Amino acid sequence: MGKRVALTGNEAIAFAMRQIDPDVVAAYPITPQTDIVQYFSSFVADGEVKTEFVTVESEHSAMSATLGASAAGCRAMTATSSNGLALMWEVVYITASFRLPVVMPVVNRALSAPINIHCDHSDSMGARDSGWIQLYSENAQEAYDNVIQALRIAEHADVRLPVMVCSDGFIISHSMQNLELLEDEKVKAFIGEYKSDYYLLDVDNPLTMGALDLYDFYFEHKRQQAEAMVNAKRVILDVGKEFGLLSGREYGFFEKYRLDDAEIALVVMGSTAGTAKAAVNQLREQGIRAGLLKLRVFRPFPHEELKATLSGLKAVAVMDRAESFSTLGGPLFTELRSALYGEPGAPPVVDHIYGLGGRDIGVEDIIWIYEDLQGIAEKGTLRAPVNYLGVRE
Amino acid sequence: MARLVEIRWHGRGGQGVKTAALLLAEAVAAAGKFIQGFPEYGPERMGAPVLAFNRISDEPITIHSHVKEPGVVVVMDPTLIGSVDVTEGLPEDGVIVINTSESPQKIRGKLGLCGRKVYTVDASQIALGTLGQAIPNTPMMGALIRATGLIGFDRFMDLVQGLLAEKFKSKPEVIKGNLQAIERAYQEVTGE
Repeated sequence: MGKRVALTGNEAIAFAMRQIDPDVVAAYPITPQTDIVQYFSSFVADGEVKTEFVTVESEHSAMSATLGASAAGCRAMTATSSNGLALMWEVVYITASFRLPVVMPVVNRALSAPINIHCDHSDSMGARDSGWIQLYSENAQEAYDNVIQALRIAEHADVRLPVMVCSDGFIISHSMQNLELLEDEKVKAFIGEYKSDYYLLDVDNPLTMGALDLYDFYFEHKRQQAEAMVNAKRVILDVGKEFGLLSGREYGFFEKYRLDDAEIALVVMGSTAGTAKAAVNQLREQGIRAGLLKLRVFRPFPHEELKATLSGLKAVAVMDRAESFSTLGGPLFTELRSALYGEPGAPPVVDHIYGLGGRDIGVEDIIWIYEDLQGIAEKGTLRAPVNYLGVRE
Repeated sequence: MARLVEIRWHGRGGQGVKTAALLLAEAVAAAGKFIQGFPEYGPERMGAPVLAFNRISDEPITIHSHVKEPGVVVVMDPTLIGSVDVTEGLPEDGVIVINTSESPQKIRGKLGLCGRKVYTVDASQIALGTLGQAIPNTPMMGALIRATGLIGFDRFMDLVQGLLAEKFKSKPEVIKGNLQAIERAYQEVTGE
Protein backbone atom coordinates (compact mmCIF):
# COMPACT_ATOMS: atom_id res chain seq x y z
CA MET A 1 0.00 0.00 0.00
CA GLY A 2 1.43 3.35 -1.00
CA LYS A 3 1.44 6.54 0.98
CA ARG A 4 -1.60 8.83 0.71
CA VAL A 5 -0.55 12.45 0.36
CA ALA A 6 -1.77 15.84 -0.87
CA LEU A 7 0.45 17.35 -3.54
CA THR A 8 0.20 19.68 -6.52
CA GLY A 9 0.67 18.14 -9.96
CA ASN A 10 4.14 19.62 -10.23
CA GLU A 11 5.13 18.31 -6.79
CA ALA A 12 3.89 14.86 -7.80
CA ILE A 13 5.94 14.93 -11.02
CA ALA A 14 9.06 16.17 -9.22
CA PHE A 15 8.59 13.41 -6.64
CA ALA A 16 8.38 10.79 -9.40
CA MET A 17 11.64 12.20 -10.80
CA ARG A 18 13.20 11.93 -7.34
CA GLN A 19 12.25 8.26 -7.19
CA ILE A 20 13.52 7.67 -10.73
CA ASP A 21 16.80 9.42 -9.86
CA PRO A 22 17.88 10.00 -13.49
CA ASP A 23 21.58 10.21 -14.30
CA VAL A 24 21.14 13.64 -15.87
CA VAL A 25 18.45 16.33 -15.75
CA ALA A 26 18.97 19.46 -17.84
CA ALA A 27 16.16 21.98 -17.56
CA TYR A 28 15.22 25.60 -17.83
CA PRO A 29 12.35 27.05 -15.80
CA ILE A 30 9.20 28.29 -17.50
CA THR A 31 5.73 28.90 -16.06
CA PRO A 32 3.88 26.67 -15.21
CA GLN A 33 6.57 23.97 -15.26
CA THR A 34 8.90 25.98 -12.97
CA ASP A 35 8.04 24.14 -9.74
CA ILE A 36 9.21 20.83 -11.19
CA VAL A 37 12.68 22.21 -11.83
CA GLN A 38 12.68 24.05 -8.50
CA TYR A 39 11.65 21.03 -6.42
CA PHE A 40 13.97 18.71 -8.31
CA SER A 41 16.92 21.05 -7.86
CA SER A 42 16.31 20.96 -4.08
CA PHE A 43 16.39 17.16 -4.20
CA VAL A 44 19.76 17.50 -5.93
CA ALA A 45 21.02 20.07 -3.42
CA ASP A 46 19.84 17.96 -0.47
CA GLY A 47 21.56 14.87 -1.84
CA GLU A 48 18.30 12.94 -2.22
CA VAL A 49 19.25 12.04 -5.80
CA LYS A 50 22.58 11.37 -7.47
CA THR A 51 21.51 13.21 -10.62
CA GLU A 52 23.88 15.52 -12.49
CA PHE A 53 21.68 18.61 -12.74
CA VAL A 54 22.61 20.87 -15.64
CA THR A 55 21.41 24.46 -15.43
CA VAL A 56 21.22 25.72 -18.99
CA GLU A 57 20.55 29.08 -20.59
CA SER A 58 17.53 28.14 -22.70
CA GLU A 59 15.20 25.30 -23.59
CA HIS A 60 17.07 24.66 -26.82
CA SER A 61 20.10 23.97 -24.65
CA ALA A 62 18.02 21.96 -22.15
CA MET A 63 16.87 19.57 -24.86
CA SER A 64 20.34 19.49 -26.42
CA ALA A 65 22.05 18.62 -23.13
CA THR A 66 19.39 16.00 -22.40
CA LEU A 67 19.87 14.52 -25.86
CA GLY A 68 23.64 14.51 -25.39
CA ALA A 69 23.39 12.76 -22.04
CA SER A 70 20.96 10.18 -23.39
CA ALA A 71 23.15 9.56 -26.46
CA ALA A 72 26.09 9.02 -24.11
CA GLY A 73 24.12 6.21 -22.45
CA CYS A 74 22.54 8.00 -19.49
CA ARG A 75 18.97 8.01 -18.27
CA ALA A 76 18.16 11.66 -18.99
CA MET A 77 15.11 13.82 -18.37
CA THR A 78 13.95 17.38 -18.82
CA ALA A 79 10.63 19.23 -18.45
CA THR A 80 9.03 22.22 -20.12
CA SER A 81 5.91 24.17 -21.11
CA SER A 82 4.58 26.24 -23.98
CA ASN A 83 7.16 28.53 -25.61
CA GLY A 84 9.90 26.50 -23.94
CA LEU A 85 8.81 23.47 -25.94
CA ALA A 86 8.61 25.68 -29.03
CA LEU A 87 12.21 26.79 -28.50
CA MET A 88 13.30 23.13 -28.16
CA TRP A 89 11.71 22.31 -31.49
CA GLU A 90 14.73 21.38 -33.60
CA VAL A 91 16.14 19.09 -30.94
CA VAL A 92 12.77 17.56 -30.07
CA TYR A 93 12.69 15.98 -33.53
CA ILE A 94 16.35 14.94 -33.34
CA THR A 95 15.83 13.20 -29.98
CA ALA A 96 13.06 11.06 -31.46
CA SER A 97 15.01 10.38 -34.65
CA PHE A 98 18.06 9.31 -32.60
CA ARG A 99 15.67 6.88 -30.88
CA LEU A 100 16.66 8.20 -27.45
CA PRO A 101 14.39 7.21 -24.54
CA VAL A 102 14.15 10.66 -22.97
CA VAL A 103 11.14 11.30 -20.74
CA MET A 104 9.87 14.88 -20.60
CA PRO A 105 6.96 16.14 -18.51
CA VAL A 106 5.15 18.85 -20.49
CA VAL A 107 2.98 21.10 -18.35
CA ASN A 108 0.54 22.27 -20.98
CA ARG A 109 0.28 26.00 -21.55
CA ALA A 110 -0.96 28.16 -24.42
CA LEU A 111 1.57 29.37 -26.97
CA SER A 112 2.18 33.06 -27.53
CA ALA A 113 0.92 35.44 -28.90
CA PRO A 114 -0.93 37.02 -27.15
CA ILE A 115 1.12 36.03 -24.13
CA ASN A 116 -0.82 33.73 -21.83
CA ILE A 117 0.38 31.51 -19.00
CA HIS A 118 -2.69 29.27 -18.72
CA CYS A 119 -3.59 25.86 -20.01
CA ASP A 120 -4.34 24.64 -23.46
CA HIS A 121 -2.78 21.85 -25.48
CA SER A 122 -1.37 23.90 -28.34
CA ASP A 123 2.22 23.32 -27.17
CA SER A 124 2.23 19.51 -27.12
CA MET A 125 -0.24 19.26 -30.01
CA GLY A 126 2.23 21.20 -32.13
CA ALA A 127 4.76 18.46 -31.38
CA ARG A 128 2.39 15.65 -32.30
CA ASP A 129 4.29 14.77 -35.48
CA SER A 130 7.76 14.94 -33.90
CA GLY A 131 7.98 11.20 -33.23
CA TRP A 132 7.47 11.36 -29.45
CA ILE A 133 5.00 9.21 -27.61
CA GLN A 134 2.43 11.41 -25.84
CA LEU A 135 0.56 10.51 -22.66
CA TYR A 136 -2.07 12.88 -21.20
CA SER A 137 -2.99 13.01 -17.49
CA GLU A 138 -6.33 13.83 -15.87
CA ASN A 139 -4.93 14.71 -12.44
CA ALA A 140 -1.82 14.69 -10.25
CA GLN A 141 -2.11 10.94 -9.63
CA GLU A 142 -2.08 10.17 -13.33
CA ALA A 143 0.77 12.60 -14.00
CA TYR A 144 2.83 10.79 -11.33
CA ASP A 145 1.87 7.34 -12.60
CA ASN A 146 2.48 8.29 -16.24
CA VAL A 147 5.99 9.62 -15.57
CA ILE A 148 6.99 6.32 -13.96
CA GLN A 149 5.46 4.22 -16.74
CA ALA A 150 6.96 6.48 -19.42
CA LEU A 151 10.48 5.35 -18.50
CA ARG A 152 9.62 1.71 -19.13
CA ILE A 153 7.82 2.48 -22.40
CA ALA A 154 10.61 4.71 -23.73
CA GLU A 155 13.44 2.35 -22.83
CA HIS A 156 11.83 -0.84 -24.17
CA ALA A 157 14.05 -2.39 -26.86
CA ASP A 158 11.14 -2.58 -29.32
CA VAL A 159 10.33 1.09 -28.84
CA ARG A 160 13.33 3.33 -28.01
CA LEU A 161 11.33 6.52 -28.42
CA PRO A 162 11.07 9.59 -26.20
CA VAL A 163 7.86 10.23 -24.23
CA MET A 164 6.09 13.45 -23.33
CA VAL A 165 3.96 13.20 -20.20
CA CYS A 166 1.39 15.98 -20.48
CA SER A 167 -0.55 17.55 -17.62
CA ASP A 168 -2.72 20.67 -17.61
CA GLY A 169 -0.92 23.84 -16.57
CA PHE A 170 -2.21 25.42 -13.31
CA ILE A 171 -5.39 23.30 -13.33
CA ILE A 172 -3.29 20.28 -12.36
CA SER A 173 0.23 21.64 -11.95
CA HIS A 174 -0.68 24.16 -9.23
CA SER A 175 -3.70 22.46 -7.68
CA MET A 176 -3.21 20.43 -4.52
CA GLN A 177 -4.92 17.06 -4.83
CA ASN A 178 -5.00 13.69 -3.09
CA LEU A 179 -2.82 10.98 -4.49
CA GLU A 180 -1.04 7.84 -3.52
CA LEU A 181 2.72 7.57 -3.87
CA LEU A 182 4.52 4.30 -4.35
CA GLU A 183 7.42 3.35 -2.11
CA ASP A 184 10.85 4.36 -3.48
CA GLU A 185 12.07 0.78 -3.73
CA LYS A 186 8.96 -0.31 -5.63
CA VAL A 187 9.47 2.44 -8.20
CA LYS A 188 13.17 1.59 -8.52
CA ALA A 189 12.37 -2.11 -9.00
CA PHE A 190 9.66 -1.27 -11.55
CA ILE A 191 11.86 0.93 -13.74
CA GLY A 192 15.02 -1.17 -13.23
CA GLU A 193 18.57 -0.18 -14.09
CA TYR A 194 18.94 1.48 -17.46
CA LYS A 195 21.50 -0.08 -19.75
CA SER A 196 21.58 1.40 -23.23
CA ASP A 197 22.42 -1.03 -26.04
CA TYR A 198 23.76 1.67 -28.32
CA TYR A 199 25.58 4.65 -26.82
CA LEU A 200 28.39 6.98 -27.76
CA LEU A 201 30.61 6.29 -24.74
CA ASP A 202 30.72 2.57 -25.53
CA VAL A 203 34.35 2.64 -26.70
CA ASP A 204 34.39 -1.07 -27.52
CA ASN A 205 31.57 -0.63 -30.00
CA PRO A 206 32.08 2.77 -31.59
CA LEU A 207 29.12 4.20 -33.45
CA THR A 208 27.97 7.39 -35.09
CA MET A 209 24.76 9.27 -34.36
CA GLY A 210 23.38 12.02 -36.52
CA ALA A 211 25.35 11.16 -39.64
CA LEU A 212 24.41 12.49 -43.06
CA ASP A 213 21.63 10.32 -44.41
CA LEU A 214 20.32 11.32 -47.84
CA TYR A 215 17.91 9.62 -50.23
CA ASP A 216 19.81 6.37 -49.80
CA PHE A 217 18.63 5.53 -46.25
CA TYR A 218 16.74 8.46 -44.66
CA PHE A 219 13.39 7.02 -45.74
CA GLU A 220 14.17 3.62 -44.19
CA HIS A 221 15.08 5.30 -40.92
CA LYS A 222 11.75 7.14 -40.87
CA ARG A 223 9.97 3.86 -41.65
CA GLN A 224 11.69 2.27 -38.63
CA GLN A 225 10.52 5.14 -36.43
CA ALA A 226 6.97 4.54 -37.62
CA GLU A 227 7.36 0.84 -36.82
CA ALA A 228 8.64 1.66 -33.33
CA MET A 229 5.46 3.69 -32.79
CA VAL A 230 3.40 0.63 -33.79
CA ASN A 231 5.40 -1.49 -31.33
CA ALA A 232 4.81 1.11 -28.63
CA LYS A 233 1.13 0.20 -28.55
CA ARG A 234 1.79 -3.29 -27.19
CA VAL A 235 4.45 -2.04 -24.79
CA ILE A 236 2.17 0.72 -23.44
CA LEU A 237 -0.49 -1.88 -22.64
CA ASP A 238 2.00 -4.33 -21.10
CA VAL A 239 3.54 -1.63 -18.91
CA GLY A 240 0.08 -0.33 -17.96
CA LYS A 241 -0.96 -3.81 -16.81
CA GLU A 242 2.22 -4.37 -14.84
CA PHE A 243 1.83 -0.98 -13.22
CA GLY A 244 -1.70 -2.00 -12.27
CA LEU A 245 -0.37 -5.05 -10.43
CA LEU A 246 2.09 -2.82 -8.60
CA SER A 247 -0.23 0.04 -7.70
CA GLY A 248 -3.81 -1.12 -8.19
CA ARG A 249 -4.14 1.47 -10.95
CA GLU A 250 -4.05 -0.16 -14.39
CA TYR A 251 -3.63 1.99 -17.48
CA GLY A 252 -4.58 1.46 -21.13
CA PHE A 253 -4.92 3.68 -24.18
CA PHE A 254 -8.03 5.27 -22.75
CA GLU A 255 -10.46 5.11 -19.85
CA LYS A 256 -14.09 4.27 -20.52
CA TYR A 257 -16.42 6.04 -18.10
CA ARG A 258 -20.03 4.78 -18.13
CA LEU A 259 -19.47 4.13 -21.81
CA ASP A 260 -20.50 0.47 -22.23
CA ASP A 261 -24.25 1.13 -22.40
CA ALA A 262 -23.99 4.74 -23.61
CA GLU A 263 -25.82 6.09 -26.65
CA ILE A 264 -23.87 9.35 -26.88
CA ALA A 265 -20.29 9.97 -25.84
CA LEU A 266 -17.62 12.57 -25.38
CA VAL A 267 -13.93 12.10 -26.21
CA VAL A 268 -11.59 14.36 -24.26
CA MET A 269 -8.05 14.49 -22.84
CA GLY A 270 -6.59 15.90 -19.64
CA SER A 271 -8.26 17.50 -16.61
CA THR A 272 -11.51 18.27 -18.44
CA ALA A 273 -12.21 14.54 -18.43
CA GLY A 274 -12.64 14.78 -14.65
CA THR A 275 -15.13 17.63 -14.96
CA ALA A 276 -16.90 15.65 -17.69
CA LYS A 277 -17.32 12.69 -15.32
CA ALA A 278 -19.40 14.90 -13.03
CA ALA A 279 -21.49 15.96 -16.04
CA VAL A 280 -22.02 12.32 -17.05
CA ASN A 281 -23.17 11.46 -13.53
CA GLN A 282 -25.73 14.27 -13.58
CA LEU A 283 -27.06 13.24 -16.98
CA ARG A 284 -27.27 9.59 -15.95
CA GLU A 285 -29.44 10.62 -12.99
CA GLN A 286 -31.83 12.11 -15.54
CA GLY A 287 -31.86 8.84 -17.46
CA ILE A 288 -29.71 10.12 -20.33
CA ARG A 289 -27.32 7.43 -21.53
CA ALA A 290 -24.20 9.59 -21.69
CA GLY A 291 -20.70 8.13 -21.65
CA LEU A 292 -17.13 9.36 -21.70
CA LEU A 293 -13.92 8.23 -23.34
CA LYS A 294 -10.85 9.82 -21.78
CA LEU A 295 -7.94 9.45 -24.18
CA ARG A 296 -4.61 8.92 -22.43
CA VAL A 297 -2.40 7.97 -25.38
CA PHE A 298 -2.47 10.42 -28.29
CA ARG A 299 0.80 9.16 -29.86
CA PRO A 300 0.61 6.43 -31.00
CA PHE A 301 -3.01 7.12 -31.88
CA PRO A 302 -4.98 3.99 -30.90
CA HIS A 303 -7.24 4.18 -33.94
CA GLU A 304 -8.30 0.54 -34.06
CA GLU A 305 -9.33 0.46 -30.43
CA LEU A 306 -11.14 3.79 -30.71
CA LYS A 307 -12.99 2.58 -33.78
CA ALA A 308 -14.05 -0.63 -32.05
CA THR A 309 -15.20 1.27 -28.97
CA LEU A 310 -17.05 4.17 -30.60
CA SER A 311 -18.71 2.46 -33.58
CA GLY A 312 -22.37 1.83 -32.83
CA LEU A 313 -22.83 4.96 -30.71
CA LYS A 314 -25.51 7.37 -31.96
CA ALA A 315 -23.28 10.45 -31.84
CA VAL A 316 -19.84 11.44 -30.53
CA ALA A 317 -18.47 14.84 -29.50
CA VAL A 318 -14.75 15.56 -29.38
CA MET A 319 -13.27 18.27 -27.18
CA ASP A 320 -10.08 19.81 -28.53
CA ARG A 321 -8.03 22.14 -26.31
CA ALA A 322 -6.02 23.30 -29.33
CA GLU A 323 -6.77 24.99 -32.64
CA SER A 324 -5.04 23.55 -35.70
CA PHE A 325 -6.11 26.36 -38.06
CA SER A 326 -6.95 23.76 -40.69
CA THR A 327 -10.52 25.18 -40.75
CA LEU A 328 -11.64 21.62 -39.98
CA GLY A 329 -11.36 21.48 -36.22
CA GLY A 330 -8.69 20.48 -33.73
CA PRO A 331 -6.18 17.64 -33.99
CA LEU A 332 -8.08 15.11 -31.89
CA PHE A 333 -11.21 15.61 -33.98
CA THR A 334 -9.56 15.19 -37.37
CA GLU A 335 -7.69 12.07 -36.29
CA LEU A 336 -10.66 10.49 -34.59
CA ARG A 337 -12.99 11.16 -37.49
CA SER A 338 -10.38 9.81 -39.88
CA ALA A 339 -10.17 6.63 -37.78
CA LEU A 340 -13.95 6.21 -37.98
CA TYR A 341 -14.23 7.06 -41.69
CA GLY A 342 -15.79 4.34 -43.81
CA GLU A 343 -16.63 2.18 -40.80
CA PRO A 344 -20.18 0.80 -40.98
CA GLY A 345 -22.18 2.22 -38.08
CA ALA A 346 -19.72 5.08 -37.54
CA PRO A 347 -21.45 7.82 -35.54
CA PRO A 348 -21.58 11.45 -36.60
CA VAL A 349 -18.74 13.32 -34.84
CA VAL A 350 -18.79 16.96 -33.81
CA ASP A 351 -15.82 18.98 -32.54
CA HIS A 352 -15.82 21.52 -29.74
CA ILE A 353 -12.70 23.63 -29.51
CA TYR A 354 -12.61 24.84 -25.92
CA GLY A 355 -10.55 26.25 -23.09
CA LEU A 356 -7.91 28.05 -25.16
CA GLY A 357 -5.63 30.17 -22.99
CA GLY A 358 -7.14 28.62 -19.86
CA ARG A 359 -10.78 29.63 -20.45
CA ASP A 360 -12.69 27.87 -17.68
CA ILE A 361 -14.82 24.88 -18.55
CA GLY A 362 -17.59 23.97 -16.14
CA VAL A 363 -19.92 21.00 -15.70
CA GLU A 364 -22.71 23.10 -17.25
CA ASP A 365 -20.66 23.65 -20.44
CA ILE A 366 -20.19 19.91 -20.82
CA ILE A 367 -23.87 19.23 -20.16
CA TRP A 368 -24.64 21.64 -22.99
CA ILE A 369 -22.38 19.57 -25.28
CA TYR A 370 -24.28 16.41 -24.37
CA GLU A 371 -27.64 18.12 -24.94
CA ASP A 372 -26.43 19.28 -28.35
CA LEU A 373 -25.27 15.72 -28.97
CA GLN A 374 -28.75 14.38 -28.23
CA GLY A 375 -30.07 16.57 -31.04
CA ILE A 376 -27.37 15.28 -33.39
CA ALA A 377 -28.20 11.68 -32.42
CA GLU A 378 -31.90 12.24 -33.17
CA LYS A 379 -31.32 13.85 -36.55
CA GLY A 380 -28.24 11.81 -37.48
CA THR A 381 -26.66 14.93 -39.01
CA LEU A 382 -24.52 17.85 -37.85
CA ARG A 383 -25.33 21.53 -38.00
CA ALA A 384 -21.63 22.29 -38.37
CA PRO A 385 -18.63 20.01 -37.75
CA VAL A 386 -16.78 22.49 -35.55
CA ASN A 387 -18.02 24.63 -32.66
CA TYR A 388 -16.06 27.07 -30.51
CA LEU A 389 -17.34 26.46 -26.99
CA GLY A 390 -18.22 29.55 -24.97
CA VAL A 391 -16.32 32.00 -27.15
CA ARG A 392 -17.57 35.55 -27.80
CA GLU A 393 -18.29 35.83 -31.53
CA MET B 1 -20.51 17.86 6.67
CA ALA B 2 -22.14 18.39 3.30
CA ARG B 3 -20.99 16.17 0.44
CA LEU B 4 -18.88 18.92 -1.13
CA VAL B 5 -17.74 22.17 0.49
CA GLU B 6 -16.31 24.87 -1.77
CA ILE B 7 -14.32 27.74 -0.27
CA ARG B 8 -13.16 31.00 -1.83
CA TRP B 9 -10.37 32.97 -0.17
CA HIS B 10 -10.01 36.70 -0.81
CA GLY B 11 -6.91 38.60 0.11
CA ARG B 12 -4.09 40.72 -1.18
CA GLY B 13 -0.81 39.56 -2.65
CA GLY B 14 1.59 38.93 0.26
CA GLN B 15 -1.03 38.00 2.86
CA GLY B 16 -0.51 34.27 2.38
CA VAL B 17 -3.82 33.50 0.66
CA LYS B 18 -2.38 30.68 -1.43
CA THR B 19 -0.47 29.26 1.53
CA ALA B 20 -3.66 29.20 3.62
CA ALA B 21 -5.65 27.36 0.94
CA LEU B 22 -2.91 24.79 0.39
CA LEU B 23 -2.21 24.32 4.10
CA LEU B 24 -5.91 23.81 4.82
CA ALA B 25 -6.12 21.30 1.95
CA GLU B 26 -3.10 19.43 3.21
CA ALA B 27 -4.37 19.31 6.77
CA VAL B 28 -7.86 18.05 5.98
CA ALA B 29 -6.41 15.58 3.45
CA ALA B 30 -4.33 14.14 6.27
CA ALA B 31 -7.60 13.76 8.18
CA GLY B 32 -8.86 11.52 5.36
CA LYS B 33 -10.87 14.02 3.32
CA PHE B 34 -10.73 14.44 -0.43
CA ILE B 35 -9.44 17.89 -1.27
CA GLN B 36 -8.38 20.45 -3.83
CA GLY B 37 -6.49 23.64 -3.06
CA PHE B 38 -5.55 26.11 -5.76
CA PRO B 39 -4.91 29.81 -6.22
CA GLU B 40 -6.14 31.87 -9.12
CA TYR B 41 -3.15 32.94 -11.18
CA GLY B 42 -3.27 36.30 -12.89
CA PRO B 43 -1.15 39.41 -12.76
CA GLU B 44 -0.36 39.06 -9.02
CA ARG B 45 1.79 41.50 -7.20
CA MET B 46 2.13 42.64 -3.62
CA GLY B 47 -1.08 44.29 -2.48
CA ALA B 48 -3.26 43.37 -5.46
CA PRO B 49 -6.52 41.46 -4.84
CA VAL B 50 -5.95 37.71 -5.13
CA LEU B 51 -8.10 34.59 -4.83
CA ALA B 52 -7.58 31.01 -3.78
CA PHE B 53 -9.98 28.10 -3.59
CA ASN B 54 -10.65 24.81 -1.83
CA ARG B 55 -12.91 21.90 -2.52
CA ILE B 56 -13.36 19.49 0.38
CA SER B 57 -15.45 16.34 0.24
CA ASP B 58 -15.97 12.90 1.72
CA GLU B 59 -15.89 11.51 -1.83
CA PRO B 60 -13.28 11.78 -4.60
CA ILE B 61 -13.40 15.11 -6.44
CA THR B 62 -13.08 15.01 -10.23
CA ILE B 63 -14.27 18.52 -11.12
CA HIS B 64 -11.45 20.84 -12.22
CA SER B 65 -13.36 24.02 -13.03
CA HIS B 66 -13.39 27.32 -11.15
CA VAL B 67 -15.42 27.60 -7.94
CA LYS B 68 -18.36 29.83 -8.85
CA GLU B 69 -20.79 29.36 -5.96
CA PRO B 70 -18.67 28.87 -2.84
CA GLY B 71 -20.55 27.81 0.28
CA VAL B 72 -17.81 29.49 2.32
CA VAL B 73 -15.98 32.78 1.67
CA VAL B 74 -12.98 33.96 3.69
CA VAL B 75 -11.91 37.62 3.44
CA MET B 76 -8.40 38.28 4.75
CA ASP B 77 -8.46 42.00 4.09
CA PRO B 78 -11.51 44.13 4.97
CA THR B 79 -10.38 46.91 2.62
CA LEU B 80 -11.40 44.63 -0.25
CA ILE B 81 -15.04 45.17 0.68
CA GLY B 82 -16.45 47.71 -1.71
CA SER B 83 -13.86 47.15 -4.44
CA VAL B 84 -14.27 43.38 -4.83
CA ASP B 85 -17.67 41.63 -4.72
CA VAL B 86 -16.74 39.22 -1.94
CA THR B 87 -20.27 37.80 -1.66
CA GLU B 88 -20.55 36.91 -5.36
CA GLY B 89 -22.14 33.49 -5.77
CA LEU B 90 -22.53 32.99 -2.00
CA PRO B 91 -25.71 30.91 -1.59
CA GLU B 92 -28.53 31.57 0.93
CA ASP B 93 -27.04 29.11 3.41
CA GLY B 94 -23.50 30.35 2.80
CA VAL B 95 -20.92 31.39 5.38
CA ILE B 96 -18.59 34.41 5.17
CA VAL B 97 -15.65 34.89 7.54
CA ILE B 98 -13.98 38.30 7.58
CA ASN B 99 -10.78 39.62 9.13
CA THR B 100 -11.90 42.87 10.76
CA SER B 101 -12.16 44.55 14.13
CA GLU B 102 -15.82 45.28 13.42
CA SER B 103 -18.81 43.22 14.57
CA PRO B 104 -20.61 40.75 12.32
CA GLN B 105 -23.67 42.99 12.49
CA LYS B 106 -21.81 46.04 11.24
CA ILE B 107 -20.10 44.11 8.45
CA ARG B 108 -23.45 42.62 7.44
CA GLY B 109 -24.70 46.18 6.98
CA LYS B 110 -21.65 47.15 4.92
CA LEU B 111 -22.11 44.14 2.69
CA GLY B 112 -25.88 44.70 2.46
CA LEU B 113 -26.21 41.02 3.17
CA CYS B 114 -29.46 39.26 4.18
CA GLY B 115 -29.48 35.67 5.34
CA ARG B 116 -26.21 33.73 5.33
CA LYS B 117 -23.90 33.57 8.32
CA VAL B 118 -21.39 36.36 8.92
CA TYR B 119 -18.36 35.79 11.16
CA THR B 120 -15.69 38.32 12.07
CA VAL B 121 -12.37 38.11 13.84
CA ASP B 122 -9.51 40.59 14.18
CA ALA B 123 -6.96 38.26 12.64
CA SER B 124 -4.44 40.99 11.79
CA GLN B 125 -4.32 42.07 15.45
CA ILE B 126 -4.00 38.44 16.56
CA ALA B 127 -1.16 37.90 14.09
CA LEU B 128 0.60 41.03 15.33
CA GLY B 129 0.36 39.76 18.89
CA THR B 130 1.45 36.20 18.24
CA LEU B 131 3.71 36.47 15.19
CA GLY B 132 4.86 40.06 15.38
CA GLN B 133 3.54 40.84 11.92
CA ALA B 134 0.03 41.36 10.51
CA ILE B 135 -0.07 38.28 8.25
CA PRO B 136 -3.59 37.00 8.87
CA ASN B 137 -3.56 33.73 6.95
CA THR B 138 -3.04 31.19 9.73
CA PRO B 139 -5.48 32.81 12.22
CA MET B 140 -8.11 32.93 9.47
CA MET B 141 -7.78 29.15 9.22
CA GLY B 142 -8.73 28.90 12.89
CA ALA B 143 -11.74 31.17 12.36
CA LEU B 144 -12.76 29.11 9.33
CA ILE B 145 -12.66 25.83 11.26
CA ARG B 146 -14.85 27.37 13.98
CA ALA B 147 -17.35 28.81 11.47
CA THR B 148 -17.66 25.65 9.38
CA GLY B 149 -16.83 22.70 11.63
CA LEU B 150 -14.97 21.15 8.68
CA ILE B 151 -13.08 18.90 11.08
CA GLY B 152 -12.62 18.76 14.85
CA PHE B 153 -10.41 21.57 16.13
CA ASP B 154 -8.02 19.42 18.19
CA ARG B 155 -7.46 17.10 15.26
CA PHE B 156 -6.92 20.09 12.99
CA MET B 157 -4.34 21.58 15.37
CA ASP B 158 -2.44 18.28 15.55
CA LEU B 159 -2.29 18.07 11.77
CA VAL B 160 -1.30 21.71 11.26
CA GLN B 161 1.40 21.39 13.89
CA GLY B 162 2.88 18.45 11.97
CA LEU B 163 2.72 20.31 8.67
CA LEU B 164 4.27 23.50 10.07
CA ALA B 165 7.04 21.48 11.70
CA GLU B 166 7.80 20.00 8.28
CA LYS B 167 7.63 23.34 6.43
CA PHE B 168 9.59 25.39 8.96
CA LYS B 169 12.41 22.95 9.71
CA SER B 170 14.86 25.80 9.19
CA LYS B 171 12.99 28.37 11.33
CA PRO B 172 11.07 26.46 14.01
CA GLU B 173 10.60 29.67 16.04
CA VAL B 174 7.58 30.66 13.90
CA ILE B 175 5.64 27.44 14.57
CA LYS B 176 4.50 28.27 18.08
CA GLY B 177 3.28 31.76 17.12
CA ASN B 178 1.27 30.40 14.22
CA LEU B 179 -0.37 27.76 16.39
CA GLN B 180 -1.23 30.37 19.01
CA ALA B 181 -2.68 32.60 16.27
CA ILE B 182 -4.91 29.80 14.99
CA GLU B 183 -6.08 28.97 18.50
CA ARG B 184 -6.84 32.58 19.43
CA ALA B 185 -8.79 33.21 16.22
CA TYR B 186 -10.74 30.00 16.83
CA GLN B 187 -11.65 31.29 20.31
CA GLU B 188 -12.29 34.92 19.39
CA VAL B 189 -14.29 34.66 16.17
CA THR B 190 -17.94 35.69 16.56
CA GLY B 191 -20.84 35.21 14.21
CA GLU B 192 -24.50 35.89 13.62
